[in-house]
Amino acid sequence: MPREGILVPNPYERITDEQVQQIHQASLQILVDPGLICFSKKAAEIFHSNGAEVTTASSGDNPCWHIKIPEKLVIEALDSAPKTVKLGARNPDNALIMKGDEPRVYFISGSETNIWLDVDFHTYVRKSDRSIEIKVPEFHPRRSTLADLCQSAHVCEHLETLDGYIRTVNIQDEDITEDNKDVNKFFASLNNTTKHFMSGLTKLEQLDNVVRMAELIAGGKEALKENPIISFITCLVKSPLQFVEDTTDTFIEVCQRGLPAVVSSSPQAGTTAPIKEAGIMAQINAEVLAGITLGQLVNKGTPLLYGSVPVRARMDTLGDSYGSVETSQYNIDCVQMARFYKIPNYSTSGVCDTKIPGQQASIERLFSDIVVTLSGPQYLHCAYGLLDGNAVFCLLQAVLDDAHFQMLKFFLKPARINQPELNEVLKQIREVVATPQKLYIGYIRQVMRSGEISAPYPFEGDGESDSVFALAYQRMNELLGKPVEHIAPDTTAKIFQEIPGLLPRLNVYRERK
Amino acid sequence: MSEEDIIARLKENVIQGRKTQQDEGMDEKLSGTPGVVELTRLALEEKIPLEEIINKALTVGMRVVGEKFSTKEYFIPDMLASADAVGEAMDILKPLLEVSSIETKGKFAIATVKGDIHDIGKNIVAILLKGMGYEVNDLGTDVPTEKIIEFIKKESPDYLGLSALLTTTMTEMGVVIEALKDSGLRDRVKVLIGGAAVSDEYAQEIGADAYCVDSFHAIKVLDSFQRSEIN
Ligand code: B12
Repeated sequence: MPREGILVPNPYERITDEQVQQIHQASLQILVDPGLICFSKKAAEIFHSNGAEVTTASSGDNPCWHIKIPEKLVIEALDSAPKTVKLGARNPDNALIMKGDEPRVYFISGSETNIWLDVDFHTYVRKSDRSIEIKVPEFHPRRSTLADLCQSAHVCEHLETLDGYIRTVNIQDEDITEDNKDVNKFFASLNNTTKHFMSGLTKLEQLDNVVRMAELIAGGKEALKENPIISFITCLVKSPLQFVEDTTDTFIEVCQRGLPAVVSSSPQAGTTAPIKEAGIMAQINAEVLAGITLGQLVNKGTPLLYGSVPVRARMDTLGDSYGSVETSQYNIDCVQMARFYKIPNYSTSGVCDTKIPGQQASIERLFSDIVVTLSGPQYLHCAYGLLDGNAVFCLLQAVLDDAHFQMLKFFLKPARINQPELNEVLKQIREVVATPQKLYIGYIRQVMRSGEISAPYPFEGDGESDSVFALAYQRMNELLGKPVEHIAPDTTAKIFQEIPGLLPRLNVYRERK
Repeated sequence: MSEEDIIARLKENVIQGRKTQQDEGMDEKLSGTPGVVELTRLALEEKIPLEEIINKALTVGMRVVGEKFSTKEYFIPDMLASADAVGEAMDILKPLLEVSSIETKGKFAIATVKGDIHDIGKNIVAILLKGMGYEVNDLGTDVPTEKIIEFIKKESPDYLGLSALLTTTMTEMGVVIEALKDSGLRDRVKVLIGGAAVSDEYAQEIGADAYCVDSFHAIKVLDSFQRSEIN
């Protein structure tokens, strides 16, 4: 049985069917004029041999090609791209099954920040009355490490609402090099969560090692096909409309192996895409379609997600403003585009502009989490714990986020209004109205125990002061104290034998001297 | 148009950040009228002296833009549009400047290092510095160290700006600095670094001359270099 996620009853639509069609048409036009600049020789050859118009262009010293993708290729690709994509998991009950036309939402973490935010609490005394003390959280940024990645996978394993794990932090230990980064990143994550694991790849040469590791865990080549416990996120298109060499080459290799991949594009309205909604939408949709077309040309039927990370520029720094309202609008438009193509969608919410947890962080995240979830994306990178654009990860924030996704999931349960239910309550009403106290309390108790009543906010304090952070911190430590099911000893031994570059300290069965 | 008119309109268009006649700018009243490029050409045709064009229109205009920016009336897109327009005007004036006695603020070469394709930040720095009177050479993204060294040998820029956003590519900055030392060029050029992955400490670690948080910081740092050179 796969994970349930949450099926959104009547998904919110921001744009009309006619607008969806208009964007689709505009994107097809973009793919021909101006077309794309391609820095990957392999991709240019693939497009060329499949009938796209490819001409040599040049940009400084780097060889590149100008590609015009005809409508026919795009339509064929949309046809052959799977409409149902399965992302497997070490524990098969954690698999995710995504159907492009079904608004079932899975909540996912993410994505590779360089900064990890530690928290501790200090006691402050009021100057005018020294008997009054409060505890205040302080946040301390530092560079993230392998141990942090393990910790966050561990906590994410136990966050009930979290359906899949995208690596949260970039590992920057002294002994991590470009060559051993991928294997350690994958092992650390897979060993600490039994949920699906998705990541980018640092070095293409490491792809086979990573895939081999996944095969050993899944139980062989075929077993991995059946239960793809890993998948890849690749930003192959750099906005506007450029296939980047290394990520495109990685994408091609992932598609050749038939493993699931996200075709992700992240234009920024105002800088790398037009500031107008129609413009960024026509462009991002063209960019994703270009990626999907390439993937299907490489390997017909290879599973892909329509990946959209559109964002509006901040006017003061020209950095990303994930907290802006428009960012949610673009994301919802993309959800609708993907549903129109019936291809499962990877969408974004929850990332905020603020640097530390607090009121602004809560408001920004909750706003986008609610509105984007309501539109029904299948794979929502709702970014548990992510702050400051994409720059900071805070585990405490991830625990806080879980609480609001509980509320959101509860809210989206279908309404239980039907004739038998109404017959029953009518009887209740008549009975209660006839009693002297006129209270329905007697009917609460069963319902209360059936899970039909939403739980109180888990971090509510009992006094006048706000205890949210302190209680969430306590919860975080409880979760860290709960065991996780690591990869079995014999498989671990095999992995350490076969896969080069793994750091011995990741082996939980290693005898400590 | 009289000389004063041309200068006034040039200044106004710098403030409005309107590069060309087609530019939509921000004030609808100006749409369709000549922008900075056309007005600069016109000024030359009318034989308005270079100093006048630069000092009374371009520089003054940019100063107003800077003031509006610091009072938060203007945002970065406004600042960049003006800087971009002034940069373009300077390109037009360049051949004449070379035979005149007017000097630019210096040559600034900028590149995103090998393996890294992030360029939004690098482009912003390049546009702004050009608008501020630096002669900017943008070497592009994913630029191999050898190419940077070759450029420095050939063109002897005063400053080298390096950008990296990935922790895996920031080490390339150290490689560039080592290569500068090995080719005996380190003393000839000041190295500024920037990008999400790097920090002040990192600049010190690899022996760069400065780390810049953003493009405005870069202007301040360059000003401080210039002051210390004068002193
Ligand atoms: C936009 C973006 C992209 C775009 C790039 C578009 C483009 N044209 O540049 C796309 C989608 C293509 C992209 C691709 C990738 N990205 Co990216 N990207 C970003 C993002 C979100 C914003 C960067 C940005 O443009 N900021 C806005 C500009 C204005 O700011 P800035 O670059 O910092 O520049 C300012 C200052 O730093 C300074 N400055 C910068 N350079 C210089 C140089 C000098 C000389 C000076 C003086 C000043 C200076 O001045 C600038 C102006 O104020 C960052 C996250 C972040 N917060 O930085 C991730 C980020 C950098 N990317 C990341 C990753 C992982 C990638 C990919 C590897 C993803 C993948 N799996 O495919 C690829 C990289 C491929 C490659 N080989 O380079 C990670 C890096 C983590 C790490 N390992 O270090 C980040 C941090 C996001 C994350 N948390 O996951 N990315």
